[in-house]
Amino acid sequence: MGFVSYSFVLSVGILLVVYYRISGKWQWPILLTASIAFVTAESGNTLAYLGGAALCAWSGGRWLRRNQTRFDRTTARRKNKVVLLLCLGTMLSVLCVCKVRFSFRNILLPLGISYYTFQAVGYLLDIHRGRETGTSNPLKLFLFLSYFPQLVQGPISRYSQLAPQLFAAHSYDPKQVSMGLQRLLWGYFKKLVIADRIAPAVSALRGNADAGIWLLSLLYGVQIYADFTGGMDIAIGLSQAFGIRLPENFLHPFGSKNVAEYWRRWHVTLGQWMRDYVFYPVSVSAPLRALNQQARKKLGPLGKRIPVYLASAVTWLCTGIWHGITPNFLVWGMMNWGVITISQELTPLYQRFHRRFSWTKQPWYGAWEAARTFCLMNLIRAVDLFPNVGTYFRRLGTIPDLSTAVWKALGLSGTDVGILLAGIGLMTCVSIVQTKAGSLRELMWDRPILRYSLTFALFLCVLLMGVYGVGYDQGNFIYNQF
Amino acid sequence: MDKLLEILRSLNLDIDVETETGLIDKGILDSFDVVTLVAEIDRVFGVAVPPEELTAENFNSAQGLEALIRRLPSN
Repeated sequence: MGFVSYSFVLSVGILLVVYYRISGKWQWPILLTASIAFVTAESGNTLAYLGGAALCAWSGGRWLRRNQTRFDRTTARRKNKVVLLLCLGTMLSVLCVCKVRFSFRNILLPLGISYYTFQAVGYLLDIHRGRETGTSNPLKLFLFLSYFPQLVQGPISRYSQLAPQLFAAHSYDPKQVSMGLQRLLWGYFKKLVIADRIAPAVSALRGNADAGIWLLSLLYGVQIYADFTGGMDIAIGLSQAFGIRLPENFLHPFGSKNVAEYWRRWHVTLGQWMRDYVFYPVSVSAPLRALNQQARKKLGPLGKRIPVYLASAVTWLCTGIWHGITPNFLVWGMMNWGVITISQELTPLYQRFHRRFSWTKQPWYGAWEAARTFCLMNLIRAVDLFPNVGTYFRRLGTIPDLSTAVWKALGLSGTDVGILLAGIGLMTCVSIVQTKAGSLRELMWDRPILRYSLTFALFLCVLLMGVYGVGYDQGNFIYNQF
Repeated sequence: MDKLLEILRSLNLDIDVETETGLIDKGILDSFDVVTLVAEIDRVFGVAVPPEELTAENFNSAQGLEALIRRLPSN
């Protein structure tokens, strides 16, 4: 049972009624039961993997806390390093093995393993760092890892942010439930009307070597944006209906003016996780501090930047591996690292350029920067689609054949194209309004006629224009595969 | 404090480093800047900043950084 099924929608409806009718102290057990049911409907294996991760993280966390309360800080940290390495090693090894089996033997990953493993690792590291005390109740930790709205494809939550909300009592708030369900509906619109409609065209272009890469990268960019942000709207909207606020994972990334800014606005929770648990620890580690001192002596000002770039390279390798073990994801990671590193080195030049030419402050120049970044990120992202990296670079160098035959082979009817253009236009307008004026749902709250009309219109669009039926794989979200 | 302000000014942030209190919260310092800052603090003050101290509370202002440097043991 994925997010996109009648049984899921019906189950959520029933769950909401039960959730707000029972006493507050029974709400988190209800969410736990629902999460277990959701996972079990997927497969018994997934439940076993989740249970294993939860047990590992919970027992590791208890052990860390025990040492922290019994010994002084230095002794506790020394004793805890072994426990920490054992627990992290176990969980990350399981993740790696699952990813290798998926990449090379096509064995499906357990649902959400990349997401809940990172949440479990973050939980343990936060306890080790003294920023969190954790929980003595293993079922509460299991709920944190398995909470069904975020299990499929994130966002990756922190225990300190999510736990107080998960285990608190929530009273029925019609505004929160209504706004949550509106956001859920918007997510279904993006997923079913836009992402799943454009998916066959992306597959067709991917299989057509003569079509080059540019059109493919553009359509794939639209597909993955609608799919992933649609999934986030479903997850966050659903959770909001239960009174629980999940972190935002997208901050209008296509308005970014450079790649570094893009990665602060796309898949935000993964970027923040990598920053806090990989980039910062690697950057301030003893070996890199020693390298910093040596590099400065030998290379001067460049020397102090090299260790930072090394730490960044490690982080991007890890980010690539998180997406997949095949070479294309490592190349993808290094391409992002390369562009960001070159931009860092050119920063003084960019600053002089902006100071010298006042027209760089004009809106049209900002639009040019955003368009340039959009195209560049589409091209880099398209590496996802080619496990054979050589194929990607050959396609990059191919002059595309965009004849009528290629367009016809996309499998899009005139109606499809019209719906896609309208849908993309709507997504863009909503994003612009949100950037300028904040939440559209808040703006509409005091205008009930407008709110109900637009919600009903959106519901009709999903019902009538959603991609259903034979030939479409409607259930899978792209980021579910990671 | 003077040495710390000099380090902050070397990052070319285009703000008043002495009075700004939202270096992290306002996105003035990105993660590269934070790491560069940590390396400079290590070099100038002989203080190693562990990962758990790389927080907004410590890095939002020059005053927060000064308190952090005073609190951490020297190498």
